[in-house]
Amino acid sequence: MKARGRVFRYYDNVDTDVIIPARYLNTSSASELAQHCMEDIDKDFVSRVKKGDIIVAGANFGCGSSREHAPLAIKESGIGCVIATTFARIFYRNAINIGLPILECPEASRAIEACDEVEVDFDTGLIRDITKNLEFKAEPFPPFMQAIIAEGGLVDYLKKEATK
Amino acid sequence: MAMTSTEKILARAAGLDEVHAGQLIMADLDLVLGNDITSPVAIEEFARFGLDRVFDKDKVALVPDHFAPNKDIKAATQCKCVRTFARRMDITNYFEVGEMGVEHALLPEKGLVTAGDVVIGADSHTCTYGALGAFSTGVGSTDMAAGMATGKAWFKVPSALKFNLTGSFRKYVSGKDLILHIIGMIGVDGALYMTMEFDGPGVASLTMDDRFTVCNMAIEAGGKNGIFPVDEKTLAYLKEAGAREPRIFTSDPDAVYEKVYDIDLSTIESTVAFPHLPENTHVIGECGDVVIDQVVIGSCTNGRLSDLEQAADILRGRHVAKGVRCLVIPATQKVYRDAMKEGLFDIFLDAGCVISTPTCGPCLGGYMGILAEGERCVSTTNRNFVGRMGHVKSEVYLASPAVAAASAVAGRIADPAGLE
Repeated sequence: MKARGRVFRYYDNVDTDVIIPARYLNTSSASELAQHCMEDIDKDFVSRVKKGDIIVAGANFGCGSSREHAPLAIKESGIGCVIATTFARIFYRNAINIGLPILECPEASRAIEACDEVEVDFDTGLIRDITKNLEFKAEPFPPFMQAIIAEGGLVDYLKKEATK
Repeated sequence: MAMTSTEKILARAAGLDEVHAGQLIMADLDLVLGNDITSPVAIEEFARFGLDRVFDKDKVALVPDHFAPNKDIKAATQCKCVRTFARRMDITNYFEVGEMGVEHALLPEKGLVTAGDVVIGADSHTCTYGALGAFSTGVGSTDMAAGMATGKAWFKVPSALKFNLTGSFRKYVSGKDLILHIIGMIGVDGALYMTMEFDGPGVASLTMDDRFTVCNMAIEAGGKNGIFPVDEKTLAYLKEAGAREPRIFTSDPDAVYEKVYDIDLSTIESTVAFPHLPENTHVIGECGDVVIDQVVIGSCTNGRLSDLEQAADILRGRHVAKGVRCLVIPATQKVYRDAMKEGLFDIFLDAGCVISTPTCGPCLGGYMGILAEGERCVSTTNRNFVGRMGHVKSEVYLASPAVAAASAVAGRIADPAGLE
């Protein structure tokens, strides 16, 4: 599985309140949430994002609230992958559980700039910055998490496990 | 091999003799929690399991507290979704408006968490119950759904930081100042994926409310859980709350920690976290002149009785500064009644405060105290991110109940000791 797109670049400690502000949490409709994704730090995100685009950020991406609405809004907006130095732990779980591809790669996070064209191969963890002609290798997920992702998320994984 | 208390609890819940940091385990859950924001998403996911009941109707708690009492039609629809599900599943611990409180104050008060429990909640501040010697952590809605269906959750056993506490607080200093000090010291990802274990002779001097406040904000340092040892105060609290029999786990003396911090509580000063991160801390004497528009005293962090008592001590015989709004939000119906019985409401009303029914409302910019562009609030809540309490150009300063009350009186960030 691969993602290829243009990069939206953010820095450290992007919190779930700016990914999707609580004032919009009176709904759980993913399409409605996606209309407000990132608006408090990047008001142009929603109008510029295209399917397959990639978010690259610094440390502790997705810190704060446990709202699954945050990865849902990012996924629904068309983002194909989030690359960061580190992810906050609840966001990390949530992203895996709903099938939003994420990769931790400090080197890629340092080097990739806004609007670069980037391709990510989830099977190998290879990140290619096509604009800069650079390559990075992200840590692969442990097999247990790969199995969850392969099944399309936690619920489908558990349903399959139950029938074993 | 030596284990921390968190590792021992997780080993017990996974049915293993021992577990160690980094290990992936499947653990049995003693309680699964959700609120009116996170439960609707979980209920949708739960439906995909095709089950007609949850794993244990006594071990699921549903608390509509964020946008409840319903703030608008959409919020009402979400609360209705939770209510309907609770009825259909015959959930024992569903708390309707009138019984409900801010979830992390309510569940311990109702005796629903005991020492040694493993608790997940679809709310990041679920880490609060570590004050009771439980392993509790925040998760998302899908984990909540899976927890309701199977009674289990997967965890990566966390490594740990230890905070060795000695001494006792000076006047006007409380648990909030301690945890803000720690977050200022280690940063908002200083405990990422880790346990924050509090230990040492200083623990005995901390009230249970202090311990709840400290564990509540473990997530603000990126922590997976915060945890205190179980002592006489814990056992007395659990007994009064009618909690189940505690299972006490103590860290081995040679347990492994990533780092140990020694903190003398008597050196902690009143501390304020400036916008827009909880790690941007300043001790009260170095805050400068920050003129404010609003004060919020409440939340899962600081809405318990002793928090209101500390605020009332400052506000007694004084008045909120002209032009400042001061909102007092008791966290539960019990806190509300106890505060009223103690005469705290007269103090708040005489001082010009408004007293609200329990709700999370303003903490996350939901309702009941939203900030306009350029407005500043001193708040006893837990987050000061961009736009957290309202307009994207508003500012939240996190502080203790004593500092919040003193600031309400002064109309600017103020040292409670300076009002004397």
